[in-house]
Amino acid sequence: MKQLLSFIRKEFIHVWRDPKTLVMLFGFPIVQIVLFGFALTNEIKYANIVVVDNAKDVASQQIINKIEGSKFFSVQKTLMTPSAIDAAFKEGKIKLAVVFPVNFNTDLLHLNKASIQVIADASDPNTATQLSSYITTIVADYQAQLSPTMSAPYSIVPEVRMLYNPDLKGAPNFVPGVMAMVLLLVCVMMTSVSIVREKELGTMEILLVSPVKPLMVIIAKAIPYLVLSIVNLGVILVLSVYALDVPIKGSVLLLVFESTLLILTALALGLFISTITSSQQSAMFASMLGMMLPTMLLSGYLFPIENMPVVLQVISNIVPARWYYVIVKAVMLKGLGFASIWKETLILAGMAVFFTGLSLRNFKIRLE
Amino acid sequence: MSKEIVIRTNKLTKRFDDFVAVDEITFDVHKGEIFGFLGANGAGKTTAMRMLCGLSIPTSGEAMVAGYDVFKQPDEIKQNIGYMSQKFSLYEDLSVKENIEFYGGIYGLSNKQIKEKSGELIERLGLHNEADKLVSSLPLGWKQKLSFSVAIVHQPKIVFLDEPTGGVDPAMRRQFWDLIYDAADKGITIFVTTHYLDEAEYCNRVSIMVDGKIEALDSPEGLRKTFSASNMDEVFYKLARKAKRSAD
Repeated sequence: MKQLLSFIRKEFIHVWRDPKTLVMLFGFPIVQIVLFGFALTNEIKYANIVVVDNAKDVASQQIINKIEGSKFFSVQKTLMTPSAIDAAFKEGKIKLAVVFPVNFNTDLLHLNKASIQVIADASDPNTATQLSSYITTIVADYQAQLSPTMSAPYSIVPEVRMLYNPDLKGAPNFVPGVMAMVLLLVCVMMTSVSIVREKELGTMEILLVSPVKPLMVIIAKAIPYLVLSIVNLGVILVLSVYALDVPIKGSVLLLVFESTLLILTALALGLFISTITSSQQSAMFASMLGMMLPTMLLSGYLFPIENMPVVLQVISNIVPARWYYVIVKAVMLKGLGFASIWKETLILAGMAVFFTGLSLRNFKIRLE
Repeated sequence: MSKEIVIRTNKLTKRFDDFVAVDEITFDVHKGEIFGFLGANGAGKTTAMRMLCGLSIPTSGEAMVAGYDVFKQPDEIKQNIGYMSQKFSLYEDLSVKENIEFYGGIYGLSNKQIKEKSGELIERLGLHNEADKLVSSLPLGWKQKLSFSVAIVHQPKIVFLDEPTGGVDPAMRRQFWDLIYDAADKGITIFVTTHYLDEAEYCNRVSIMVDGKIEALDSPEGLRKTFSASNMDEVFYKLARKAKRSAD
């Protein structure tokens, strides 16, 4: 016990004395949260659009009022020639243009058919689709309002409700992803680097000659990072609740428990990497490549897994973050309990056990 | 010097596939002795030492260290030996005191013992002003002296030194050997590998390994007489010329 305590104390000193580690440990999650929460959002707010109203009648005016009322657009009303619109797109001044023809209202009333031209800059397809669908919705809305009875005798009006995230904010989607990434990256990288450093410095030999058992080396190495990761988790959750307005709907305790499971998996992975690498640099590289990329690309956090080629879908099953991401979304955003995530929890626990076993076995072989 | 034997090997061998790194070495080391272990690079001295420390399992033969069998009782051996590797083995980002506390701690010394020991050690090395400074700020010679003192902080029966004085100037090496003599006087057996042949003169007995075998084992005077050489350099040169293995 005394041995273990001396060892853990030493590990904590290593962490505190190394400003680089500390910055990475606590700076990384904060930067990620801020970046993903505020800067890299997929919401569209106040997109610059131009409305060319050649009709200037009641109907066009009412629609324009609705468009202006939406927070999605920042509307500029001018009379522009088609070539001027083209130029504005090329210069990137506008994302979308709405053009009303001269006889808009007349056509609407007498022909029962009027058209509006919507031109979008599809060099950014997501934004273009989103913006044009906003416009379509506004127009449809107006139409419904104009002639509640006049429309087709049978009409189906889909009432869309965006559950759990009604405003389609970006943050609720990113926070679970950032949590997975930060916990994995920090734990895997820190543990592997700290063990490999002992090998590189030659102190590992001294430890092996001492009465310290390999298992104790591992536990002593893991505990500081386990503690720091839980602190880190707290920081991320506080930031997401208070800075990003992403509430924790489910049980905090359950969330902490599930996160600890991910942390354990990550520590085991870090240990595994430390047994197959011999320099700090290669350990760091392996952690980045082995963790960062799969976590970002295959966890479903940046790209939906359902849209991936089958091969990648299969591969994504071995990425721990994939399961954790599902769990966090369920607990944090949907407020679900353990009953609905036990499968994912079981998979994650299985991974933790598997990697711990694998790296313990490997660690022992390497001692020889 | 008492004749109590603390290390005894009998045809100790280590084979890596076809390569015989250590070939049936047999020798005894007595309590309190300074035992020099010489050999060219690749002669097998580090491998032999690693077997005695429990870092590497011998292929065949027998070896007793501090009264324990290297095959059956590696844990007991670890509790009774100290080790200083050729790589510098203290933590640079820990202070002098913290290093002593850590190594004392992992050898299971009580807080009281650690406090006593670190006081003694800092006194002996004259490191009062540096006790709370990081080891990285010390000059290399001091680091090595500290490293040695830390390796014997738990009062082991035997301390293994693997080329401990690499890269320091002769004056520092002399001071380092003063520490070794001190430890030997207290009954700690010193098992030291070196490639500085002048250091071999400081040892009570010297063994010289060539191609995995012990080719000579005697006191420095004895070796000089046998090989009718005026110094250890010549002795070593005469033996090492027979080597077929190149340095690895």
